[in-house]
Amino acid sequence: MALIAALGVVLDLMTGPAGLPLSETLRALTGGEVARGTAVIVWQVRLPVAVLALLVGAALALSGAEMQTVLENPLAEPFTLGVSAAAALGAATAIVLGLTLPWLPAQWSISANAFLFALGALALLQLLGRLRGGGPEVLILFGIALNFAAGAFLSILQFVASADALQQLVFWTMGSLASATWQGVAALALVLAACIPFSLRAAWQLTALRMGEDQARSFGVDVDALRRWTLLRVSLLAATAVSLVGVIGFVGLAGPHIARMLVGEDHRFFLPASILTGALVMSLASTLSKMVVPGVLLPVGLVTSLIGLPVFFWLILRGRARR
Amino acid sequence: MSGLRIENVSLRYGARPILRDLTLPELCPGEVTVLAGPNAAGKSTLLRAIAQLAPYRGRITLEGEDLARMPLRRRARLIGVMPQALPAGSSLVVLESVIAALRAGSDGFTRKADAQAMAVLDRLGIADLAMEPLDQLSGGQRQMVSLAQAIVRDPRVLLLDEPTSALDLARQVRLLGELRALAGEGRIVVAVLHDLAMAAQWADRIVLLHRGELHSSGPPATVLTPDLLARVYGVRARVERCSQGRITVLIDGEVQGGPRL
Repeated sequence: MALIAALGVVLDLMTGPAGLPLSETLRALTGGEVARGTAVIVWQVRLPVAVLALLVGAALALSGAEMQTVLENPLAEPFTLGVSAAAALGAATAIVLGLTLPWLPAQWSISANAFLFALGALALLQLLGRLRGGGPEVLILFGIALNFAAGAFLSILQFVASADALQQLVFWTMGSLASATWQGVAALALVLAACIPFSLRAAWQLTALRMGEDQARSFGVDVDALRRWTLLRVSLLAATAVSLVGVIGFVGLAGPHIARMLVGEDHRFFLPASILTGALVMSLASTLSKMVVPGVLLPVGLVTSLIGLPVFFWLILRGRARR
Repeated sequence: MSGLRIENVSLRYGARPILRDLTLPELCPGEVTVLAGPNAAGKSTLLRAIAQLAPYRGRITLEGEDLARMPLRRRARLIGVMPQALPAGSSLVVLESVIAALRAGSDGFTRKADAQAMAVLDRLGIADLAMEPLDQLSGGQRQMVSLAQAIVRDPRVLLLDEPTSALDLARQVRLLGELRALAGEGRIVVAVLHDLAMAAQWADRIVLLHRGELHSSGPPATVLTPDLLARVYGVRARVERCSQGRITVLIDGEVQGGPRL
């Protein structure tokens, strides 16, 4: 009986919260869009934005969740480890200096640079971490250093930039879904589709890592390999997402934390729940960014930070009070 | 060749040697071995070396097979480790954490994993905690959970680092009795224990380490003598004989001038 009860509770944990955000997400998506009317607007303008919001939220939250586990630090996410800053620097080289890959069409040059810089930042991070014997603390410290270094270079570029370029750059660093295209959506969807199966396959190993590195090793988990592959997945996801929409903080941090409050840390449920909460948060943020000031599309990065933060605090405090 | 052999094992942290060319008598299935010794004797480090969690020089073999060369997953099936403490702050549920101990390193346990994990919790008398988050358990309860994680893979060798440090008396007796039963099923049980009275009562063999070297080893009655306790630990102690050849250790106080070694 105890066993059946145990399985029942596990099943309950799995179906409840995971099913709920999905349906709400769909409602938010359709409700926001259908009212606006015509098919052209929906398909060419609104839907890419809405879908991209979902995918970006999912990608950032998933990478945040995996990063937090493999680096054993609840503050880890692409934003705090300098990935976003590096991407912004990449975008700046394209916008201000006009340095781009020669064989790429012009509309992709900013994204391509951002992607390369973000990926490069994470590669550098792993390399440096490996040289020093790669504990999580070392990686995090390097990440923070990288964040500041990229920020400093970005400031230099802003200093020398022309007024036009500066405006474009500032807009990019605020994070925006406005330039969404179906190609971008497809690219991110592909990367997500490629990464998620591997993430889910590693779910038990990631769960084991929550018992500490030694315990995970004694359970038979190759912790170094796990960390390496997970960071590779995270790099791809975060770099792709950030290169498409610019700097968006908070989702990679809050998505996993909300998911953890809902379903706990069994990664079979925690990872999907992070994906869903991330998607939901971004989707709501996207909707809000259109509604706060009627007629004006606020940069969605601002919305996630401004509106998301108080909500997040409230969730945490409420969680505390319940205990 | 049926047991665990530790031969010429040396280990250093930076420039500081922790274990110096340590060779132990073979540890056999069915026996509970207690690693004893003062602080910084290298007890926990030796456990970590056996578990292949710390790099060392020398050879550690199980049934003649070098543990350092064994594939990770196979080794995980043979050796269970109970650390001093589980990290705090995980909201993982007890049952999930035990299933993770079973499934993280193996694809072969998938079907029976839940039942197997539950059976282990039952055996340890903590089945009622199955659905509790780890971060809401007491230190002692967490310690029982980490024992469950160590034995759920049904390992041949069980390594325990101060398994009773956070337990109340009843739980200590229960855990030590459980270790005897686990050894009785043909396992090699090695535990670091600080409480020599407990060690004297429950161990088949005591291995006394001192400054990274083997000081003495054998049944409690031959290793634990007042003279040795004075020299290694620097305490005045009485050793009393009980029934069934067992002994008990009573500590009276410090020796003037501390340990003499």
